[in-house]
Amino acid sequence: MKKSETWQLVAIIFIALVALFVDLNIEHPDWAKNLPFWQPAGQRDIALRLGLDLQGGLQVLLAADVPEGQGLDAASMETARRIVENRVNSLGLTEPVVQAQGERRIIVELPGIENPEQAVETVKGTALLEFVDARGIPLPPGAVITTTLGGPQGVSPAGSELTPTTELSPTADSTTPAQPAPPPPSSGMVIYETIITGAGLKNVGLDRTQQGEYIIPFELNPDAAQVFADYTASHVGQYLCIVLDKTVISCPTIREPIPGGRGSISGKFTYNDARQLAVQLRYGALPIPLRVESFNRIGATLGAESVQKSVHAGVIGLIIVLLFMLIYYRLLGGLADVALVIYVLLNLALYKLAPITLTLPGIAGLILSAGMAVDANILIFERMKEELRRGRKMMTAIEIGFKRAWPSIRDGQLSTLIICVILFFFGTNFGASVVKGFAITLAIGTVINVFTAVFATRVFVQQVAISAGQWVSEHMWLLGV
Amino acid sequence: MFNIVEKRRWYFLFSSILIVLSIAAMAVSAVKFGQPLRLGIDFTGGSIFVLQFDQPASEDDIRTVFADYGLEGAIVQPVGSPEEHTWQIRTREVTASEVGSILNALEERVGEIDRDTLTFDTVEPAVGSEVTHAAALAIAVAAFIIVAFMWFSFRRVPNAFRYGVCTIAGMLHNLIVSFGFYALMGILAGWEMDALFLTAILTVIGFSVQDVIVVFDRIRENIPRHKTEPFERVVNRSILETIHRSLATQLNAMFVMIAVILFGGTTVKPFIATMLVGMVSETYSAIFIAVPLLVVWEKVVARRTVARATA
Repeated sequence: MKKSETWQLVAIIFIALVALFVDLNIEHPDWAKNLPFWQPAGQRDIALRLGLDLQGGLQVLLAADVPEGQGLDAASMETARRIVENRVNSLGLTEPVVQAQGERRIIVELPGIENPEQAVETVKGTALLEFVDARGIPLPPGAVITTTLGGPQGVSPAGSELTPTTELSPTADSTTPAQPAPPPPSSGMVIYETIITGAGLKNVGLDRTQQGEYIIPFELNPDAAQVFADYTASHVGQYLCIVLDKTVISCPTIREPIPGGRGSISGKFTYNDARQLAVQLRYGALPIPLRVESFNRIGATLGAESVQKSVHAGVIGLIIVLLFMLIYYRLLGGLADVALVIYVLLNLALYKLAPITLTLPGIAGLILSAGMAVDANILIFERMKEELRRGRKMMTAIEIGFKRAWPSIRDGQLSTLIICVILFFFGTNFGASVVKGFAITLAIGTVINVFTAVFATRVFVQQVAISAGQWVSEHMWLLGV
Repeated sequence: MFNIVEKRRWYFLFSSILIVLSIAAMAVSAVKFGQPLRLGIDFTGGSIFVLQFDQPASEDDIRTVFADYGLEGAIVQPVGSPEEHTWQIRTREVTASEVGSILNALEERVGEIDRDTLTFDTVEPAVGSEVTHAAALAIAVAAFIIVAFMWFSFRRVPNAFRYGVCTIAGMLHNLIVSFGFYALMGILAGWEMDALFLTAILTVIGFSVQDVIVVFDRIRENIPRHKTEPFERVVNRSILETIHRSLATQLNAMFVMIAVILFGGTTVKPFIATMLVGMVSETYSAIFIAVPLLVVWEKVVARRTVARATA
C-alpha cells in the first residue's frame, strides 16, 4: 500500500470525525466553541442558526427614500445601517439581523417580534433630522410637512396653537419669548426647503443656563457649518424649523448669524424634553431617510413545523438514495454511500462553523444537492464498468473511470456554481433572502461534493482494490458488471 | 443496436404537443387572471395574511373588518380543512402601522387569532415591478452565461456553434414546459409566481446543460473512434452509452424531490415541483430533442452540400 494513500484515508476519516463532532446536537465544550477563530470574538459558537422562516419572527425591508437617480453614497448607507443596528440591539432580541441588501436597502430580521408597528418604530422611529426654512411662518410643533428631501408627505393641518417658544442662538443666552406669528399653516402642498440634515451634526450636548433653563448645544461639521453660517446670516429674524421625520419639533427664531458651526437650541424644555430631543438629535441622525418597502412575519409554530417536516423529508430522501446506490452499484455503491454520509456531515458542520443561517429553501437546497451528490459517483462508476466490460484490469479501469468522468463532472459543477452566483446576486438585491439561502447551500454542496464524490470515493475505491482486489475480481457481481 | 435517433419525429411531435399544451395553459391563465402566470405579491405588491381563528369565522365578517380599513375587495379564502379555521386574505398593501389595529379589530369582531401561526407579508408595488425586471434580467443572464459556457467547453469541436444552438433549443423547451406546468397549477391549485419560482427556473436553466454535456462529450469522444460510421450512428451510440447514467442520476434527484414534495413543508412544494418538472424535461430534451436536432442539422447541411456538388 502506498504511503500517501494511507495518509489520504486517515485524513478523510479525521475530517469526517471532526464533522461528526461538530454536528452532534450536544452542548459543546467551551474550547470547541472558541475554535472558529473567524467568528467575532465573544460570539463564537457552533450551533445551527435558523433563519426567520424557521424560528418565526418579523422581517422588514427598508429602502433609502430618495428620488430615483439621486446619488446615494455607500458610507451614508453604512452609517444608517449601523444606527438601525444599534436601535435593534436595544430591543434585546436573540440574534437579530441588520444587513445591507444591495446599494439602497437594509434588511432587518427580528426573531420573536410580532407587531410590525413596534418594529418599524424602533427601526426608523426617530429617523431623520432636518433644519428647514420655515418660509417666514413658524410651524406649530407636531405639524407634518413636506421638505425638499425625501418622499412626499401631506401637510397636516395640525390644529395645535402656534406658539414658537424656542429660539436659536449662537450662544446659550437667556431667551425672550418670540412674538407669536399668526398665519395658520397653509392647507395646500407646500414644500419646505431643507437647509441641513442630521448628517451635518457633529456633536450634541445637554446643558443648563445660569437661569436654570435646559438647552441643547450642538456643533456642526465644517461643511454643514458653512451652509448654516451663510443661511443664518441672510435670514436673521426669520424662523428655522427643527424637523424630525417630517414632524416639526420646534421653530426657533434666528437671532443672529451663527458662524463657526456652534449653536444651541433653547426653549421652555423640561429636563426630560431636553434630554429626549438631545438623544433624538444624536442617535436619530440617520443620514438617509428610510422607508419600509416590505415586511413579513412568520409564526413560530409554522417555522418549527417546517423544520420538522424538512428533516423528515430529507431523511427519507437520503435513505432512498443510499439504498438505490447500494442496490444498483453494490460494492461501489456502498463506498459512494459512505462518501454521501460524509457529504451530509460536512455540509451541516460547515453551516455551524461558518456560520450559515439555515432557511427553508436552504434546507431544500441541501436535500436536493444530496440527491445530486451521487451524480459524480454514477458518472465515474458507469465509466468504470464500461472499461471493466472491455476487459481492462481493475486498477486501470478505476484510473480511466475517474479520469474520463472528470471533465463532465467539472462542467456540470461549474454550471451549477454559475447559477448559484446569479441566484445569490438576485437574492441579495431584493431582500429575497429565501433565494440567497438556497443559492448558498447549493453552492457549498457543489464544492463539498467534489471532495466527497471524487476525492474521498477514489481513495475508498483504491483502498478496496489494493487490499481486496483479487477477491473482488473473482466476484464481479459485487461491482454490478 | 437500438436506434433512438431514428424515431426522432415522434419525439419532436411529442414535444410539440407538450409545448402547445404549455402555451395553452398560459393562455387560459392570461384570459382568467390577466397574466400567463399568476403573479404573487413579490411581483404585484400587496399584502397576504394567513390567520388561524379559535372558532369558525365567517368570510363576510373578515371582509367587513378589512373594508373598514379602506381595504375593499380583499380576497378571503379558507385554507386547509374547515376545523382549522384558517383563512388567507389578500389585499392591496397594508402599512406597518395598520397591521396591529386590523388584527385587534379582527379579534374583537371575528375571534381570537392564534399568534403562533400568524403570518403576513407585505410588498410595495414599486418593489414588485423592480423584482420583475430583475427576474427577467437574471433569467436572460443565466441563459446567456450557460450557453457561453457550453460554447467555451466545446470550442475545439467541429461545429461548436451547432452544439450551442441545440442546447438553447433544449433549454427553451424546458423553460416553456416549466412555465406551462406552473400556469396549469396556477389555474388548478392557485399557485402564484414568487421569488422561489424564479429560483426554480434559474436552477432548471443551470441544469439544462448537465445531460446534454454528457452526451455531447461522448459524441466528441466517439467521432475519432468510429471514423467510418455515419454521424447518426455515432450519435445514437453515444446516447446509448450514456443513457444509463443520465437516468440513474435523474432518478436520485427525483427521489429526494418527491420526498420533499410528499413530506416537506407546504411553502417549498411549488418550488420543488417546478424544479422536478424542469429536470425531467431536461433529461428528456437532452436525449430526445437536443441531440437528435444535431443529427437533423448535420443531415440538412450534408444534403445541401451534396446538392451543391451535383449542381
